Amino acid sequence: MQQIKSLENRIDEALSNEQLHTNFRSAMSYLMEKRRDQFPDEKQLKNDREISSTIRSHAVAQLSELLVKLEENLEKNNIKVHWAETDLEANNIVYQILKDANAKSVVKGKSMVTEEIELNEFLDNKGIEILETDLGEFLVQLANEKPSHIVMPAIHKNRKEISKAFFDHFPEFPYTEDVDLITQQVRKILRERFRKADAGISGVNFAVAETGTLCLVENEGNGRMCTTAPPIHIAVTGIEKVVEKLSDIPPLLDILTKSATGQEITTYFNMISSPRREGEKDGPKSMHLVLLDNGRSKIHQNNDMQETLKCIRCGSCINHCPVYTQLGGHAYGTVYPGPIGITLEPQKQGITQLGELTSLCTMCGACGEVCPVQIPLPKLINKLRSEAVEGNNTNELIEGTRSKRKPLESLAWKIWKQVYSSPFIYSIFSKIATKLNFISPKKLGKWGKYRITPRPSKHSLKELANQAGFDHE
Amino acid sequence: MGTCLVDLFYPKAGLAGMQLLKNAGVKVIYPGKQTCCAQPSFNSGYRKEALPVARSLMKCFPKDIPIVIPSGSCAGMIKYHWSELFEGESDIEKALSVAERVYELTEFLVDKLNVELTDLGEPTKIAIHTSCSCRNEMKVADRIESLVSQLSKVEVLEQERKPECCGFGGTFAIKQGDISGSMVKDKTDILKATNASCVVSQDCGCLMNIGGALEKQNSKLKTQHIAQFLWDRTNAAN
Repeated sequence: MQQIKSLENRIDEALSNEQLHTNFRSAMSYLMEKRRDQFPDEKQLKNDREISSTIRSHAVAQLSELLVKLEENLEKNNIKVHWAETDLEANNIVYQILKDANAKSVVKGKSMVTEEIELNEFLDNKGIEILETDLGEFLVQLANEKPSHIVMPAIHKNRKEISKAFFDHFPEFPYTEDVDLITQQVRKILRERFRKADAGISGVNFAVAETGTLCLVENEGNGRMCTTAPPIHIAVTGIEKVVEKLSDIPPLLDILTKSATGQEITTYFNMISSPRREGEKDGPKSMHLVLLDNGRSKIHQNNDMQETLKCIRCGSCINHCPVYTQLGGHAYGTVYPGPIGITLEPQKQGITQLGELTSLCTMCGACGEVCPVQIPLPKLINKLRSEAVEGNNTNELIEGTRSKRKPLESLAWKIWKQVYSSPFIYSIFSKIATKLNFISPKKLGKWGKYRITPRPSKHSLKELANQAGFDHE
Repeated sequence: MGTCLVDLFYPKAGLAGMQLLKNAGVKVIYPGKQTCCAQPSFNSGYRKEALPVARSLMKCFPKDIPIVIPSGSCAGMIKYHWSELFEGESDIEKALSVAERVYELTEFLVDKLNVELTDLGEPTKIAIHTSCSCRNEMKVADRIESLVSQLSKVEVLEQERKPECCGFGGTFAIKQGDISGSMVKDKTDILKATNASCVVSQDCGCLMNIGGALEKQNSKLKTQHIAQFLWDRTNAAN
């Protein structure tokens, strides 16, 4: 019940914040337009989505084989592989690496998986200084907040709010609301930190099994700094990020950047294949990859839901979700918001805790239409709703099946079933409704707060059709 | 087929749809025992309750003739989700045969009948709300545009963010009432800004939501189902 209440509270908070509404409305409209401009040819887009979907389906289908191959080839490349089943394990692994190297100061590139395991908080508690270097993440860290979007973490902030977050912490710089100027100032701050950092942490967009290559997509160059300037580079990623071949990368990269930010290509694309080799003058001296499960292998076992793992984290479903546009990311209360969030998070953390999230969907289908790897998000969300109240999943692969079944609601559906599965009962019900105006329910939740209550017509269509002489058999 | 919402709340839209079909030379049968496609409970997670309702509807359409529905959302439910609903059931073949024969009304009027419309109405300005199910699922959102474009005295005004959901979503409007309310406010704001006198749509769910909100706001902007709009403007007796 706690969760329901707090979700409700977060929704209330989001809906009553006009500024937030305006910020998200304009940001999402901008992102949708930019994406649309990148895909002028619908046939081509359909084809590209098909190709990317096939690549990802293929990778997910042979996940364990590919992971073994990935480990083999990474080790050949002198990249040490660590397996973490839980968030705590992953955090401990990262901490141990840093501790062994006596690393005190860490720079970090944008990574949703490290948000998922709350690495910053963990390392902070251990006395390690960790700095986000992606501009958006940097601002979110300054403001002591969480990202509100998986690609654009500070998208909930407008120009003024960004300036405030920055100058509250760096009063020594002359105040401006010019974002370009602020960016230059942040750059100055970050340069020093890159130079002095003992270690760099990054995420991974694609891990290529065939060659043991880690791919990193970014725009600011901070990712490259984090992965090359400090003496140690630790990459952290979910096990589902693996792909089979190097030739899988071009189509995926192409559709990722176009779908995510409407860019034909990002400013930086890093392909990391080893630490510094003998005779080379730069690059980290040692490299690690932490492969995180954290519920993913359980999703993988579930044939109905496995497609969740195809996601390449472009955020396009989020940008096109009308509910996300209303709420912004924080109201979801989870690391991943929007359609992918309400699909992934209840599977990872259980329906008991997060089942309510699946109600944040009108089934409009916009997410499924734009997903570059064709994840049938509406179908998966619908399936989760059914798990929450009925538990069709005999293997109980998702925690909390049936946990959201409420006596009153299930009774209402039982009555509904009785009425609508029997033409005879329905005909009586229909007469009562139309003649006595029986079902103009005054208490349809909050329907009446925003709309008039619908009133049944005096005659049903069945009656009108009869009167007009249409056959009924 | 009529749909449960049309049967009780928008029967004139259903009748207009049948008259449009009849006018185009089609013999129309309205099976009297039909109730609902089962979408409300299916989308709420109650599939066990959805199944007998869908089955009861399935039995109304045994003949191998097209099933035309004045709603993208009900058509989409049958066409694309009955396969999942009936999975593992002994009568899945029957369910699939119904699914294969389903058409949304404007889709049928345009694709199968190639209807030609003559506008007999007064000059008017309208906005078209394309329902999510017609656009994303059935892929027939453009059929309403093509039908309306045949009407010489109707000017279609374009609104911003046309593809965005109106916030109905069936039980979503009840379960997440405030989000839904905020969505329909955004939608009605943008529709009112067009200065159209009427909003037409292929789906009664959207119309109940948008129309209900407009009425609550005391707006002069009316809403009408496309079938009734077309029938009113093209039928000489009107």
